[in-house]
Amino acid sequence: MGPVLAAVLQLLALIGALALVYVPVGNYMARVYESRTHLRVEKWIYKAIGADPDAEMTWPAYLRGVLAFSAVSVLFLYLLQRLQGVLPGSLHFSSVNPAQSFNTAVSFVTNTNWQSYSGEQTMGHVVQTAGLAVQNFVSAAVGIAVAVALVRGFARSRTGELGNFWSDLVRGTLRVLVPMSVVAGVILVACGAIQNFSGIHEVGQFMGGSQQWNGGAVASQEAIKELGTNGGGYFNANSAHPFENPTGFTNLFEIFLILVIPFSLTRTFGVMVGNVKQGYAILATMVTIWLGFTVLMMWTEFAHHGPALQAAGGAMEGKEVRFGVGGSSIFAVATTLTSTGAVDSFHSSFTGLGGGITMLSMMLGEIAPGGTGSGLYGMLIMAVIAVFIAGLMVGRTPEYLGKKIGGREMKLAACYILVTPALVLVFTAASMALPTPPHSMLNSGAHGFSEVLYAFTSASNNNGSAFAGLNANTDWYNTMTGLAMLLGRFLPMIFVLALAGSLAEQTPVPETAGTLRTEKPLFTGLLVGAILIITGLTYFPALALGPLAEGLAS
Amino acid sequence: MNNSVTNTVRLLGAGLRALLVLTLVTGVIYPLVVTGVAQALFNNKANGSEIKADGRVVGSSLIGQSYNLPLKKGQTSADPDLKWFQGRPQNGLGPNTVNTRYSLILSGATNLSADSGAVKGVCPAQPADKTLCAQVLAARDAVVKDNTVPGYTVRPADVPADAVTSSGSGLDPAISPEYAELQVHRVAAKNGLSVAAVDKLVKEQTQGRTLGFIGEPQVNVLELNIALKDLVAGK
Repeated sequence: MGPVLAAVLQLLALIGALALVYVPVGNYMARVYESRTHLRVEKWIYKAIGADPDAEMTWPAYLRGVLAFSAVSVLFLYLLQRLQGVLPGSLHFSSVNPAQSFNTAVSFVTNTNWQSYSGEQTMGHVVQTAGLAVQNFVSAAVGIAVAVALVRGFARSRTGELGNFWSDLVRGTLRVLVPMSVVAGVILVACGAIQNFSGIHEVGQFMGGSQQWNGGAVASQEAIKELGTNGGGYFNANSAHPFENPTGFTNLFEIFLILVIPFSLTRTFGVMVGNVKQGYAILATMVTIWLGFTVLMMWTEFAHHGPALQAAGGAMEGKEVRFGVGGSSIFAVATTLTSTGAVDSFHSSFTGLGGGITMLSMMLGEIAPGGTGSGLYGMLIMAVIAVFIAGLMVGRTPEYLGKKIGGREMKLAACYILVTPALVLVFTAASMALPTPPHSMLNSGAHGFSEVLYAFTSASNNNGSAFAGLNANTDWYNTMTGLAMLLGRFLPMIFVLALAGSLAEQTPVPETAGTLRTEKPLFTGLLVGAILIITGLTYFPALALGPLAEGLAS
Repeated sequence: MNNSVTNTVRLLGAGLRALLVLTLVTGVIYPLVVTGVAQALFNNKANGSEIKADGRVVGSSLIGQSYNLPLKKGQTSADPDLKWFQGRPQNGLGPNTVNTRYSLILSGATNLSADSGAVKGVCPAQPADKTLCAQVLAARDAVVKDNTVPGYTVRPADVPADAVTSSGSGLDPAISPEYAELQVHRVAAKNGLSVAAVDKLVKEQTQGRTLGFIGEPQVNVLELNIALKDLVAGK
């Protein structure tokens, strides 16, 4: 069997597995967030927090909960790294410097997991498991919570109430993420991922002498890293490291973990708004974009355009033999179309067009299927905009799921889609214009520009993968990517929750013959078109300077 | 005003308590449970899949090693020991002050771009130093030279891509079956074995795709060299 056919079969197996769990996982999550009963351990947790889980919140109250929890999380993670030098279980690593601690704290709390450090050289057991891995769980749970609040905005009428943030946070963590991670973690260990608490130790080598290993709770962190679309690797090489991703099977399994919650959330959405067909329409949009990008990526990587890759006879630079070109291409698209940013191969050494696809994937706003929660709410915002465009075309007041899309709703949706492009373009331009930041580029010319554009695209979209040639561990990049991550995460959340609040207050308008049927393929087509046009118009000039220039030159 | 400050403090307090409780669950209990299960059921794998040969640990089946001659005087990088099968180039690890190659397993890729070192869209005959073109062409020349033995000539076009490119982790434990096959004549000659015997060894050590389509066919270099050592010892 040739590698291309094997890659196609892997893709089909992946689709089959995702389809198999779509309904059960989606229904289960809907039950979790709609349930009126609390587990005993949850009651105990609510008592410790001092929150009433049954108290409904308006959108400002919900937002305050999100912001307070996230602010405390940033501070806690910052202090944990600053104090690493004096904490036990730190493998004698010293405390992390202020700029890098700030960057890393923000990075993990915003579900970005951009890493300007090498895990095996910087972070001990305590920071990795009690700091970074915890944020892998809760930042994902916060993302799902905000998405669920928006869905409630569509589902509810004549009320300002969007649910309870503390309850959504705790349930998402305890009932969804933890059980799935335990199963996934054990499967990863069974395939060879490591899971121990040994320190740095010497291991013998074939030719004599020894090599030093760094142990750690890797499999448990790997599981939630993919499931929560986080992406922060235990080791510098992330999921390319054999201890994180040991075999071709674990590679496919990790791709599955990345995609399972974001795709299944469309089912949760359908169930909660009382019309699963609406969920299918959103799902179809996500799948269309995801499949299209994956096929494009496979084509360009198997064709291995690019002088050095042509000389080598294949696009294997930065890729592992056990994954090959096929497995690496599927992973690269999945990780950048979600907000994961884990890598099993290094995007900087992809073909020029392949690198461009990873960048474009993130620029779409990570909505196909997107991050845990953030993918669904991002896609629903695009649906609102698509409905609005359709309304303009036929001269009718636009409505979506029985809710009118009026001036206020459109302003919020427009603000949402303007945030990330503004951050990406302004920060990239500043980094090119100022005298010192360009020194961080590894490659020169179009590819060097791509490194910077990629960094801010990744940070602002909360992806976290890197065109790793860029030396991002400078005060400028640590601070500026930190700001981009903060603003790129929380500004959109404000607009989403405000939108949810204003939708929930509305009285539903009855469906008439003139209503746009948003569960039909026509709407899916319209939505795909709107997404591609808006992203294309925003980023085309920047892409032309970087990956397109490189791709066309070779 | 006073009221809103109190409310903010109360809210931050709730956030902190929520974080601490969830840290206990996801940062302490969760990793301990997974570690417990892992250590009980998959002890060897959870601890890094160590391999023993002749009663001593010789590394992990998952982590690549170098098979080099000892450093000669004045050398900065060692020459490969051509008796043994060689793994992929690992230029991403590079020499640095903290680590020597494979000493502390620092992982990493070169991150060089596909057009690194190219002039007008092709790799020139003499590409600039430290570019991907330079690394690929130098690696290819070395593979051709090292593996061409009397009666067996390697042409540049025969060299597979994984033999001249660095992996993502820099720790790739495997090579493609094609690269292993290409080394068979050299290894047989250097060890005084028959080509057929070494070829048989490579075939035995070649792992196909899982279920026939997941991953890529590969040969684990450490396991292959251990088997080779046994073959040499037993001949």
